[in-house]
Amino acid sequence: MGLLKFLKEKFTKKKENTSEVTEEVIEEEKVEERYQAGLDKSRNGFTERLKKLAIRTKKIDTSYFDELERILIEADVGVDLSLELVKETYDESKERGLDNPEEINDLLVDKMFIGYANEGGSFQTELKRAQEGPTIIFICGVNGSGKTTTVAKLAKKYKDRGDKVLLVAADTFRAGAIEQLEFWANKVGVDIISKANSDPSSLCYDAIKKAQNENYDIVFIDTAGRLQNKVSLMDELRKIVRVIQKLLPSAPQESLLVLDANTGQNGIDQAKIFKEAVNLSGIIITKMDGTSKGGIILAIRKELNLPVRYIGLGEKMEDLEEFDLEKYLYALLVDSKEE
Amino acid sequence: MAFEALSDRLGRLFKKIRGQATLTERNMDDMFQEVRKALLEADVNYEVVSQFIAEVKEEAIGEKVLDKVSPGDMVVKIVHDKMEDLLGSGDNDICFRMDGKPTVIMMVGLQGTGKTTSAAKLAQLFEKKNHKKVLLGALDVYRPAAIEQLKNLGLKCEPQVETFISDNKDVPSIASSAYLKACEEKYDILILDTAGRLEIDERLMDELKAIQEVVSVDETLLTVDAMVGQNATNVALSFASQIKVTGLVMTKLDGDSRGGAALSIKRLTGLPIKYAGVGEKMNDLENFHPDRMADRILGMGDIVSLVEEMQEKIDEKQAEKTSRRMMNGQFDLTDMLSIMKQMNKLGPLGKIMKMVPGAPNLNDEQVEQASYALKRTEVIINSMTRDERRKPEMIKSSRKIRIANGSGTTPKEVTKVIESYLTMSKQLKQMRSNPMMLRRMIRK
Ligand SMILES: Nc1nc2c(ncn2[C@@H]2O[C@H](COP(=O)(O)OP(=O)(O)OP(=O)(O)O)[C@@H](O)[C@H]2O)c(=O)[nH]1
Ligand SMILES: [Mg+2]
Repeated sequence: MGLLKFLKEKFTKKKENTSEVTEEVIEEEKVEERYQAGLDKSRNGFTERLKKLAIRTKKIDTSYFDELERILIEADVGVDLSLELVKETYDESKERGLDNPEEINDLLVDKMFIGYANEGGSFQTELKRAQEGPTIIFICGVNGSGKTTTVAKLAKKYKDRGDKVLLVAADTFRAGAIEQLEFWANKVGVDIISKANSDPSSLCYDAIKKAQNENYDIVFIDTAGRLQNKVSLMDELRKIVRVIQKLLPSAPQESLLVLDANTGQNGIDQAKIFKEAVNLSGIIITKMDGTSKGGIILAIRKELNLPVRYIGLGEKMEDLEEFDLEKYLYALLVDSKEE
Repeated sequence: MAFEALSDRLGRLFKKIRGQATLTERNMDDMFQEVRKALLEADVNYEVVSQFIAEVKEEAIGEKVLDKVSPGDMVVKIVHDKMEDLLGSGDNDICFRMDGKPTVIMMVGLQGTGKTTSAAKLAQLFEKKNHKKVLLGALDVYRPAAIEQLKNLGLKCEPQVETFISDNKDVPSIASSAYLKACEEKYDILILDTAGRLEIDERLMDELKAIQEVVSVDETLLTVDAMVGQNATNVALSFASQIKVTGLVMTKLDGDSRGGAALSIKRLTGLPIKYAGVGEKMNDLENFHPDRMADRILGMGDIVSLVEEMQEKIDEKQAEKTSRRMMNGQFDLTDMLSIMKQMNKLGPLGKIMKMVPGAPNLNDEQVEQASYALKRTEVIINSMTRDERRKPEMIKSSRKIRIANGSGTTPKEVTKVIESYLTMSKQLKQMRSNPMMLRRMIRK
């Protein structure tokens, strides 16, 4: 069975079964709606074209596969991976004698799904927690990718769960960065530690001490944006982690790269070099409410085995959702209006 | 980076063409596959790549294959020249108003692309270069602390730039108050920093239209992040179809992205790329150079800019002598030392190094380390015999030990100096075999 059908069934079934309207279900549906709304534009682009393609194409020939290749490349999946996915789809459809465009599309989606899933690791999006003492979450990325906003969104999420949250304004460099995080701390209603013009690693040291002494459950560190080719700025990140580990050897529990969905092929480089520097455990992809598809996450997953954990869908503190591959593909490829 | 210079990639495909009289559709096929892939990996838009390749192919077909020039280089040259053409003339300075009213510039773009920083850098540039009196207008009332950011950046400029701030939350009316102030207080230029927005956000796009209605905006600059992927063209087209856009600022070009969006957007919107952001400091904004951008997209490093910059600042004669020797293939360790010294004189070594393909990016601290390394290199080279300097290949382990002892360094450091010499001369060789660069350097 094609994944697409599988997903369709799964989602429709879920809704049928929920005759009993619990609060949880409503929340779940709200989340889904927001997810859908956010991904609307990406989905429209992608599905509509797939669908139009399927309608237009009576006969399957190589130009059909060229078109699939184009759709993937235009989603920033990258040339190599796109060619590979399309070639596999082509070969298998030949082998199985598929000549129906919809089946071929399903097959392609299957390939993307399996490709992502087979990279191993878990599908766990939930952030890892410390056995004891504060959990430290380290947030990094290039300039303007959405780090500070993401920290605010995560803080909100964990505060709502009842955690005692501390934010660390470790971007001591950019003008207005501290004020920006202070605004969010205030709005979310969590504590913040900051010190203008200070060394970010010494600030983090103080932050961890504070978290230990005052029993914070979870600490989010907002670092300054940096381009991955700036050697000394990457060293600065390493240093922050080293300093943290002096106090808490198993911290940070998570190092997350915040990646803008608009990013092109440079995203692989970003992931690679940040991973080398601070041993990333995952990715948060932001600005998925825009028209970019963020296909680079598939290439990153393949090359570096980094899973996406959360997805940013707007500028408000609620606009963060756990990444769900099924939902992501479902939302990307299934047009809700059609159903 | 995993990118391979286009000329290297094509190098592998030379054989096919060597010995044939002209470039034909068929013998260029593999090459153009490679060009296509390189462009897509550089984030040039899919559609634009197809058009571009078709046009370049057309131009290349029938060209004579020359004896001295490899077909790969010929293709690179044709591709490069075409790209440079498409990227525009490069002479895109802002036109200032002559009627005594302030020139109004408005920055627009997606979230996180660098509008605020670019607004302040432009203010700095106009003050310094054009001796204009600039006022910044803070119109991003949405993003927390965006106003503080702009204000602080204005204060970082030299001389300091004032920022107009209002408690009002109605953006068009802030814009008109800012304009009023600019008129009354005889500012030459008003730069409006707007909030980042998605091109599909109708409410916020209407806000931009409203600003353009209440204030006569002379220039609306769309900031584009150099790291952006395939969707860049849609975003730019959408901005340009909803409001009047007059040009682009490409930001974060100090990164290592190829910046293919520059080509795509220019091609599809026709908008000129006016400025390039190359760092986080207030001085890190430059006029846009299409030739450098073409080099960058094709992965040829920015060696041409390096040569230009060297010629601007270095003692002309010295530079001429060195470059002549470089071109003649007479590059030896003494030349390397003299180049290194000249570069050091150029000031921010980090910036210079950035333009050398394959060289690491340097930060202040590292620049210091680099000048220390320069001193070490100097003593090492000075401890060599004349022959050794001319033919560093002859320096094997026993010589290394002698040189190390003589200079108070270690054999490892000696090896390093020789290695960087070898890399540098290899790069020079590549440049020499590249007719386009040769032509440019000689033209200078
Ligand atoms: N539409 C949309 N905008 C976002 C999202 N996440 C962040 N932004 C916006 O992107 C811009 C940059 O976000 P920041 O959180 O300041 O980014 P940053 O990575 O901290 O930036 P620097 O610290 O300057 O490197 C802001 O205008 C945010 O409101 C998202 O998911 N969707
Ligand atoms: Mg930030």
